[in-house]
This record gives sequence, structure tokens and C-alpha cells, in this order.
Amino acid sequence: MLPNYKTSVKKVDNEDKMSGLAIFTGDIQMDGALFALPVRSTISYGKIKEIHVPTLPEGYYFISAKDIVKENVCNIIVSDWPVFADKETHYKGETMGLIIGPDKDVCIDLVNKTYADYEEYEPVYEMKNSYVHKEFKKGDPSLFNGAAKVYSEEFETGYQEQIYLETQAMLMYLDGDKITVKASMQCPFYIHKAICRTLGCKEDKVRVIQPAVGGAFGGKEHYPSLMAAQLATAIVKIKKPLFMCFDRHEDITFTTKRHPSKTNISAYLDKNNEIIGLKIHVGIDGGAYIGCSMVVLSRALIACTNTYTFANLEVSGDAYCTNKVPSAAYRGFGSPQSIFAIEMFMKHLAGFLRVDALEFRNKYLVKTGDITCTSGVFRDPIILKPLMDKAMEMSDYKRKREEYSKPGSLRGIGISTFLHGCGFTGSGESTIINAQLKIKKDKNGIVTFYTSQVDFGQGNRTTLKRIVVDTLGIPEDHVIYDAPDTDKTLSTGPTAASRTIIIVGGLCAKAAQHLKEIWVDGEEQEIVEPYVGPSYIKWDEDTMQGDAYPGYAWGVNIVEVEVDPVTYELSILGTWSTYDVGHAIDERILVGQADGGLAQALGWAYLENEVAENGVFKQTKMSDYVIPTSLDMPHMETAFIDNPFPYGAFGAKGAGELTFVGGAPALADALEQAIGKKVNKIPATPEFIMELMNDED
Amino acid sequence: MKINFKLNGSNVTVDVVPSKRLLDVLREDLHLTGTKEGCGEGECGACTVLVDNRPINSCIAPIANIANKEVITIEGFRETKAYRVIADAFADMGGSQCGFCTPGMILATYAVLRDNPHPTEEEARIALSGNLCRCTGYQAIVNAVLKASEKGIKL
Repeated sequence: MLPNYKTSVKKVDNEDKMSGLAIFTGDIQMDGALFALPVRSTISYGKIKEIHVPTLPEGYYFISAKDIVKENVCNIIVSDWPVFADKETHYKGETMGLIIGPDKDVCIDLVNKTYADYEEYEPVYEMKNSYVHKEFKKGDPSLFNGAAKVYSEEFETGYQEQIYLETQAMLMYLDGDKITVKASMQCPFYIHKAICRTLGCKEDKVRVIQPAVGGAFGGKEHYPSLMAAQLATAIVKIKKPLFMCFDRHEDITFTTKRHPSKTNISAYLDKNNEIIGLKIHVGIDGGAYIGCSMVVLSRALIACTNTYTFANLEVSGDAYCTNKVPSAAYRGFGSPQSIFAIEMFMKHLAGFLRVDALEFRNKYLVKTGDITCTSGVFRDPIILKPLMDKAMEMSDYKRKREEYSKPGSLRGIGISTFLHGCGFTGSGESTIINAQLKIKKDKNGIVTFYTSQVDFGQGNRTTLKRIVVDTLGIPEDHVIYDAPDTDKTLSTGPTAASRTIIIVGGLCAKAAQHLKEIWVDGEEQEIVEPYVGPSYIKWDEDTMQGDAYPGYAWGVNIVEVEVDPVTYELSILGTWSTYDVGHAIDERILVGQADGGLAQALGWAYLENEVAENGVFKQTKMSDYVIPTSLDMPHMETAFIDNPFPYGAFGAKGAGELTFVGGAPALADALEQAIGKKVNKIPATPEFIMELMNDED
Repeated sequence: MKINFKLNGSNVTVDVVPSKRLLDVLREDLHLTGTKEGCGEGECGACTVLVDNRPINSCIAPIANIANKEVITIEGFRETKAYRVIADAFADMGGSQCGFCTPGMILATYAVLRDNPHPTEEEARIALSGNLCRCTGYQAIVNAVLKASEKGIKL
């Protein structure tokens, strides 16, 4: 019997954050720091013939590709993004150089006077040139040839900007000859690697320290690596502290976003209207450089059958190269896009077959022991039915669904079921990340441990510390757990992929347990604990076959909406959610993840409209890229059902991204009921709802 | 141009261009970094401060308009009893995640409760709608306002 860790503890960073004492990157005062401002390309695609820099006053610098020390590449998963655009530019706004100097206004003036001569090439903005293709099959898709009927649809989702409240910011300075970085970031070791790679320097010449971070949501997973490589190139030449901070307009206009997607699904049906199998293609707009798009595509494809089991599948996907700002990580990492598509498709297919949508979906719901779409196995207990029952009870779903089915009600209630694979794909945790955790105790019994996990609001500094405190059974103030510092910390991997609690939390518990077992009073002791994954996880990334994740978290969202017949505005009246995140550690923190993730998902579904025109975003400020306010969000109710996972800390699974993936299809389902039309595209803006409602078909 | 105003109970004088934003005067000239910049256009409320006891967005307030007024930032407010009640309510209800919106949110909460000591959930949502949060989905923050209201901020 596991102890109960649902109760909440005081968050370690509460007081600093509420009182304004927490120091974020932009709050650091450093005398003599110079401002670094990007000089950006002004065409979408072409040859950079020459960059014209005005005469620089004393103490001002221009740093560009000519100053690269070793490699002009930014270390991301696929390192095709240059530190500085050199011979060519592949999107409008790509950094060609930095103007650096002591007075920000003078720097701005110099940036405005710097320009390039180009030879323009024909840019591509549509999803047509694939730079990553993946495909896999399950069962026998040749059976599709014997289908009695085929039903097909297309689904689209748009860009989404993270809108972390703190914009991208980085301070770099020399401590002796060591390059030291403090930045708003998710992954200190990604930044560390990016600097070492572009400079060709040794690892001990770079140190990355995490200050307070004001939100990230994926947006600070890769982009800070680019900023770091640019500043590092400058600092070896200038040898003075450098500060780069984007204002909101610059942050929205030029940093990475969620991939727009287009998904096509066909169902092959036999003469009894049973599904023989599905053919699914997911396309994502990766922008000018691949970066992490191949992994986003991979996750989108693995999630493409969501919570349903089909015997036969033909799955493929492409990440497309376009001359736009590269798309990259955002909470959910590709899966919200494909899950929106399959949830709506299953519902529409039920409509086509004139059967009840919920009953139809339930018929194909996954059960423990089912084969996943990549021919792995769902091994752990699946409790989707209890999750659905609980959410329906909380929301009074059945009564409302019935009541709103009357024509012209303009109200609707919708439901989604969803899953999220926790941790890195396949055996990546054991083969690529190789997390190692250092824990030591001094003669007085004070325990210090280190992880590279950044707390940018998720509460993991509190929860990881609690795992160690509770495992050791010693007072909280005998355990020291500070923010990551690459000089002190071994890499426990990036803060991404819903891996912090399931993987690193598990590692913390294991290391603390080992320390407890060898504990000798009055002695200094140290343990380095390596991550060892479940041995059954076998995965082949090339063929996309095997067990894609060590474990899955599950959820149900119910959303109730109303549509204004005059303005076509959608209002959300309530949300009710249930989750299986294994054993829930600290429910207060988890509810924060749940409500926050769902709010972002709902924003993506109906409010947040980011459109690129001729390669540039039309919405570049918070006054035109609108995120939900407290008035847009309804009262939210959330419950967890216990289902301990044997490999996570105290039975916990991942939770951070799970809470994002089901919001959009639940909202769209509700909207469909309210207006009696099919919704195949998000965001459902008032303009789009107007088109749907006035569409005679 | 020399501008005098009262800041967190003390008289201060700054010598800056009159169009300089109050936010920048606080952060750059007076080194009070608890007030944050989120958007720079009065949309997000991260830069909320109290001017003559009313919440304003300091990112769109020229310092010239602050002359002879009384400004309270989180650095001053955190010394009050009302802060303690509100901060404890935020801690109890999980109202702070990344913390970047939090100082502004706490000052906004104070302003809500001063004007309406016992708001309904809907009234709290309306009153806080000028302060954006990307982490919580607002439920925890609204709960914190209601919790602080229960305890009373004892003005």
C-alpha cells in the first residue's frame, strides 16, 4: 500500500514570487552590461549579398557569421538552424548579426540603419515541401481494398504562441575565462551544449545558472540555445557582460510557436459499418529549419489514434519546410494537433453512420493489453471508463447533452478522451538522455541533491524536494535543493516531455532510497544514481515500431459553451476534467497544471488566432494576439483518480502536457452541438463561427 | 526634469525625461524590480502598481503624470498586513505558479477587495480581467481572492 502523497505542501518559491523578491533574468543588475540587439533579415528567402553596417561609435560592435569561432550551427535535435544567417536567409526576421553597445536607444538606431542587399528567391509558405517524412503500418492495410464504404475528412489547427509572461531574456558574462549564462530557459544543458558546439570549447569553460523563470510551455526549450550561441560568439570578442531581452512584439514576431497542422483521415468500413482500419496523414508546418520538428511529427503520429484501438492502420506524416519562423516545442508537442483530428473524426464518422457518437467512440476505446498504433502494448491498467463516468457525473453531462440537443439552443456540451505518453519517445530516456542524479550528505546529515529540471511554474522544485525529504524521512530543512547550475549539477535531462516527475522524480526517489540504505551518521557520503528504464521498452525510431513511451497518462475533458447569435462569440460556461496521472503527488500543484493546461488549450481552440501572411505574423502584440483573461475562463472543476504507476516516483506519471491535449476537441464538440455544424478547424473565432452558422450545407 | 513623488511611504525625486515610463523609473532608476514588464502596452497587468491607491499599468504611465502622487509597489505593499492576508490566500489556493504575474496580481487583488470586500466569483473574475496569467487558468487566483475576502484584508 502506497502512502498518500496527495496532500499539498508549502511551495518553496511562494514567498519570493509573491513579494517580488524572486530575481528573474531581467531583474539582475550587472554594471557595465552591454545591450545586444538582433539585426534581422527583411526577406523570406534569398541570398544575402552584403550587410551594410553604419559607422559604429566607440564601444559599439557588430557581430555576425564572420565572427563565428568554430561552427555556425545552433545545436538542436537537427542542427540545421545557423547561429547567424550567412549566405542565405530562410525566413523574414532571421538574425544576421547583433548590434551591441552600452546605450539601448543608440543600439536601436544602429539596428534600424543596418541593412542588407539580397538576391531574392521564390519563397514557399504553404505545406508542400516535406523535409521529414515518417510512416508506419499496423495489421494489414491491404484489407482496406475490401471496404464497403470509405469516409474521409480533413482537419486543420493553427499556430499558437506560448505567451509566457516573461519574454525571452539572457545575460552572459565572463567569470575569469568561464562563459557564464543566466537566462529564462527550460534546459540549462541544451544551452551549455549549444555554446560549446559553436565555440568548439571544452565543457568546463561554460557555466549555465538558472534564475527565476516566468513561464516557458516549450517556448524556452530551444530558442534560448540560439540566443546563447549568438551571445557566446560575441562575448569571446568583446569580453564584456552582454544582455539580450526581447520586448513582447519581438518575442511574438520572431520566436518559435506551435506547429500549424493539416490532418487527413479515412476510415475503411465493412458492410456492417465496423471499422476495418484507418489511413491517417498528419502534416505539420515546421518553418524554415527542422530543429525539433521531426520529433514533434513523431509524437503527433504516435498519438494519432488517441484513446482508440484499430486493428489495421496506415499512418504517415510530413513536416514541411516553409519560409517562416521555425515552429518548435509547445506543451503537447504535436499530439494536440492529431488528437483534435481523431476526436472530431470519430464523432463525425458516428454522425455519418447515424449512431450515437459517444457509444460509437466507446466501442473502440483502448483496453489494457491492447496493441498500440506502433505495435507496442498498453501494459498498465487503463481506467478510461471510470474517468468518463466521473467527469459526466461532475458536469451533469447526460442531462445537458439531452437538453441542448433541441434545435436553436445555442448551447452545447462536449467531451473528449485523451492520453499522453510520458517521457522521451521510446528508449530515448536510456539511450539519449541518460539522466544521472547526484545526491550527497555532509557530516551533519544535511543532504544536497541536484537536477537540471527548471521550475518555470510547474512546482517541481517543491515536489522533487518533497520526494527526497519523504523518502529519507528527515526534516525538510535538512535537504537542500537549489535551481540548476551546470557547474554543480549532472544532467538529468531537459525540462520537457512531461518527464520531470515520472522520470526524474523516480530517479530522485531511487537515489534517496540508496542513500538511506547506506546512511552512516557523521560521514560524508555521495551517490550518483543513473536512470534505468523498464527493460521491456523497445523502440525503433526509423520504423516507428515498438513501445513508444514508458507509460501513459489519461484524461477526460467536458466543456460547456454558449454562442451569441448576434456577435457569434463563444462563451465557455464550465469545464469538468478527470485525470489519471498515476498517484497524484500534491493535488494543489496538479490542479494548477490541469487548469492552466486546459486554459491554454481552450485559448488555442477558440481565441488565439495567429496567422502568417507572406511569411510574417499578422498578430504581433498582446492586444491583437489575445489569450484568455479571467473573464474568458469559466469555473473549472478537476478530479484525479488514483492509478499508481510502478516506475514513477510514489506511483506518479506525467501531467504537464496531458492537461493540454483534450481541451480543443471537447470545446469543438460542444460548439458543434450549439450550432449544429461540423467543426473541422480551430481556432473557432467569431468570424469562423459566423461562416459555419450561415453555411447552408 | 526633476519629478517628486511619494514611493512606498517616502519622498523621492528623480531626474529623468518626463516621458519616461513609470515602470522604467521604478526598475532602472530606483532598482525596484518587483514590478514586471509583460507586454509594454497596458494589456497584461504584470506592471501593476498603485497610484493614489488605484491600480494602474506602470508601463503606459509617463513619469510626468506621477508628480506629487503616491505610488505603492509590491516592495512597499509587502510590508502591510493586507499583503500577508492576500499572500497567504494565494499560497493556500495555489495562486502563484511561475510568479511573473504575481506581484501585479496581488496588488490587483488588494484593489478588488478594497472596493468590494466580498466579491462573488464572477465579480472577482471581472475585477482581475486586466491582469493576465498564462499558468493557472485563473481558478486558483480567483479562489485566492475569495479566500482573502473571507479573512478580510483589514484596511
